[in-house]
Amino acid sequence: MAPDREVPKGHPVDPTGRVVLGPDEIARALRRIAHEILESNRGAADLVLLGIPSRGVALAQRLAALIEEVEGTQVPVGSLDITLHRDDLHRHPTRAPMRTVIPESGVDDKVVVLVDDVLYSGRTVRAALDALSDLGRPRAVRLAVLVDRGHRELPIRADHVGKNLPTSHSEKVQVRLQAHDGIEDSVRIAPGESHVGGR
Amino acid sequence: MARHLLSAADLTRDEVLEILRTAASMHDVQRREVKKLPALRGRTVINLFFEDSTRTRSSFEIAGKWMSADTINITGKGSSASKGESLRDTVLTITAMAVDALVIRHSASGACHQVAEWVDASVINAGDGTHEHPTQALLDAYTMTQRLGDLEGRRVVIVGDLTHSRVFRSNLLLLKTLGADVTVVAPPTLMPSGAGPWSRQDGFALEQDLDDALFGGPPPDVVMMLRVQRERMSGGYFPTAREYTVGYGLTRPRLDRLRAANDDVLVMHPGPMNRGLEISAEAADSLNSVILDQVSAGVAVRMAVLYHLLVGTDGGSIEEGSA
Repeated sequence: MAPDREVPKGHPVDPTGRVVLGPDEIARALRRIAHEILESNRGAADLVLLGIPSRGVALAQRLAALIEEVEGTQVPVGSLDITLHRDDLHRHPTRAPMRTVIPESGVDDKVVVLVDDVLYSGRTVRAALDALSDLGRPRAVRLAVLVDRGHRELPIRADHVGKNLPTSHSEKVQVRLQAHDGIEDSVRIAPGESHVGGR
Repeated sequence: MARHLLSAADLTRDEVLEILRTAASMHDVQRREVKKLPALRGRTVINLFFEDSTRTRSSFEIAGKWMSADTINITGKGSSASKGESLRDTVLTITAMAVDALVIRHSASGACHQVAEWVDASVINAGDGTHEHPTQALLDAYTMTQRLGDLEGRRVVIVGDLTHSRVFRSNLLLLKTLGADVTVVAPPTLMPSGAGPWSRQDGFALEQDLDDALFGGPPPDVVMMLRVQRERMSGGYFPTAREYTVGYGLTRPRLDRLRAANDDVLVMHPGPMNRGLEISAEAADSLNSVILDQVSAGVAVRMAVLYHLLVGTDGGSIEEGSA
């Protein structure tokens, strides 16, 4: 599934940032998450992975490939744009929503795993749950994230976490993925205000 | 993006592309079972139509409703306008009820620009006299890009009433913004005086002979037929309907010749069609016709326009941050 809008390739990384996860650690974390998803679901039956654009989609595709390696089953992957469901829509400049792509099989009575790169305030996930309820009624919804940085503002938690990363509000977490940014996989922490439920 | 959408010329190339990208997402929503997005919850959009309309008014109404705005229709007939209230008093009365957007169609060219100076709400031009109809041009551009991709250098032939057509004016402006190569064909009586300097200034080719325009150069990618607007024509612009069809209609033989040159040529018409006058039934119903796609795109494009005008703060780009 190709991205439908020009995602700026190679976002600059903040040079003051320190690397907390490198490519090997990210690969190991994703492999573990893939196994956890299969374990809690008792196999790959009825699984649907929905990435939250833009890096969540790249992560969902990698998880699907890992699951296929283990189980030999192809798990449907889609993307779920949440732009129009945000609760801070009227506080930011507008941007074009990205495409929502739901696999042929739909989400009704499936086990949907939402995939995102960073879990922070929880507002993105709240918006994703709203967006999902317009598309159908999954049997269960789970959440997998690469990094959980804390500071939740809503009663939301992840089922599968690559790395718990204690941070302060005055720090930014930057995720870079080869498949999305064209540079080596990394997770960095850099100084600078983060947007809560940022974009 | 600006607060109002009054003219197709108000939009930069980037803004047009952003609206078309948004429209593509909205089009996906249209195919779902639950066609509702919360983006404009609590906003009020008034459709103020002083002229008859089916597709524009209903598509603005549906677009607003699917975005969760409260939409209210007011038509000229049956409103206080028919009791002699002035346009200014009518819009000030309505905006006094704290509305967020006014979608206006009016028979006077420039009416929307005038209203935009009186009110704080966003004003969207849904057709003002013989001047402009920017959302029609956007949905036409959307329909073309869905089939053709980038319009840069694409050959578009627009045929019909150059004097009265607001669809033509908005389409011309938008197509030039997107880099298309536009040829305009009109009978001499429906070509305004000053069309020559105008075409040189805005960079489009002017033809009086339809066959020269269609078959004289490289085959067109798009042929857009404009409606013969009988309601605006009091004088004798052409002797008989038959004569117009022979000279300027997309007849079956012309369609066959066009398809021989370019099998994928797109046939467009903003509607409502006068079948048998400017477009033959064969052309309107052929596989090349995207006329119903234009209607279907209307809702998605108007959702995108409402989104960009009513959502978010002004200016600035989005900083890439945490998720």
